[in-house]
Amino acid sequence: MELAFFYLFAAGIVGASLLMVTRANVIHAALLLVLAFLFMAGLFVLAGAEFLAGVQILIYAGGIMVLYLFSIMLMNVGVAVRLRQWHRQSVLALAAAVLLGAEVWAVLGRGGYPGAKAWGWGLGQTPGNVEALGEVLYTKFLFPFEVASILLLAAMIGAIVLAKREITR
Amino acid sequence: MGIAVEAVIALVKIAVVLGVVSLVVAYLTYLERKIIAHIQQRLGPMRVGWHGLLQPIADGAKLFLKEDIIPDKADKVVFVIAPIMVLVPAFVVYSVLPFSSTFYITQVNIGIFFILAVSSLGVFGIVMAGWASNSKYSLLGALRSAAQMLSYEIFLGFSIIGPLMLAGSLNMQKIVEAQSDVWFVFYQPLAFVVFFIAALAETNRVPFDLPEAETELVAGFHTEYSGMKFAFFFLAEYASIMVVSTVAVTLFFGGWQGIGWIPLPGFVWYVLKLGAMIFVFIWIRATLPRYRYDQLMRLGWKFMFPLVMANIFLTGLVKFLFL
Repeated sequence: MELAFFYLFAAGIVGASLLMVTRANVIHAALLLVLAFLFMAGLFVLAGAEFLAGVQILIYAGGIMVLYLFSIMLMNVGVAVRLRQWHRQSVLALAAAVLLGAEVWAVLGRGGYPGAKAWGWGLGQTPGNVEALGEVLYTKFLFPFEVASILLLAAMIGAIVLAKREITR
Repeated sequence: MGIAVEAVIALVKIAVVLGVVSLVVAYLTYLERKIIAHIQQRLGPMRVGWHGLLQPIADGAKLFLKEDIIPDKADKVVFVIAPIMVLVPAFVVYSVLPFSSTFYITQVNIGIFFILAVSSLGVFGIVMAGWASNSKYSLLGALRSAAQMLSYEIFLGFSIIGPLMLAGSLNMQKIVEAQSDVWFVFYQPLAFVVFFIAALAETNRVPFDLPEAETELVAGFHTEYSGMKFAFFFLAEYASIMVVSTVAVTLFFGGWQGIGWIPLPGFVWYVLKLGAMIFVFIWIRATLPRYRYDQLMRLGWKFMFPLVMANIFLTGLVKFLFL
């Protein structure tokens, strides 16, 4: 049962992603990316990471992609569709893809890939892994967590400074 | 119990909830027209059935039989998907709402978070509708709606953190059970006020109905829609009102828990509280004028945001010191 759902979601991600990169219309591409995100959230649920699935939908699909659409809608899509869609870089792209594929294969093939269970986070053990996630986030991974928040804060201040034309004293 | 039996029971539950919710949503339009009419000293719908009681059914039949117009310059596929994209998240959320101590479709550990996540998808339908219509009014409405819903989603999310800290769980049933002594609205009045304002904005209701401000934008994002597709937007809006009202009742008013020793079943309590909540929604629509766009943003970011932050800090402080 779970395997069937896994393949359903996986096929969804691959299909939506393929459609996304081949669309000429940017809005269609953005909407297909949302679809891919939703299927990805499904995969997280199957892996027992419900909270992560929620975050995936809330932040990526419901937040970031809406902002993307917001800015894309303000430009003239009609012009973008008429632009050249292919840049004759297929050989280069193919080489990059093969290289990336080989890397992924090499990493996964080593066998000892440290999965969540091997590190003993125990995320899937407690009912509702929100508590477990919070505990790990504020003890074991406090430093990276804080670094990430500082990074976001810096980005936010940068955006405000850029958006504000002149700063009055 | 076999998996087949469980599946059948789940399907029956889903069918019941879907059917009842659709019917109630249809009658909410009637209720809204009636209440507003009486506040404005009118009678409201009176012709179809006793005191216009069959009006929603007549409206439904009319919308169903109406010609379905798709504008020539519209993006056909997105135009058709958009109303569905609005309606589906609004109904999916019902799967985790606690109607009583025993009647619910499913319990999810991330309950309330699931509701937030799924209802955040509703904005896509609006944005898609606005863009696909290929009309200036629609696009402006969609842009307003995207900015408004994104901003107020943040306050909505932060305002529920206070009660969640008290409940210690994201599970809807556990949140209700945590309020068996005192409702959280007495501990978290500030959070409730912010939640209610944000909920009004999230459901595009007066005084935050800028995305469909008829005086400036004809009808906003659904200007070009007709027939059943048009009806879908309204079904979704009323379904969302019921969802946010249920969340408010669950988080702040003890859900299906009764008051004192009055012996009523949990479901009746839930319906009573929900009805009161929805009445306030309609009452506000009959009372307040619309906000201007800059006022909306100022209210959100400069007033409500610091307020919810202070509320979270205070809740944490009190919990740390006294509990």
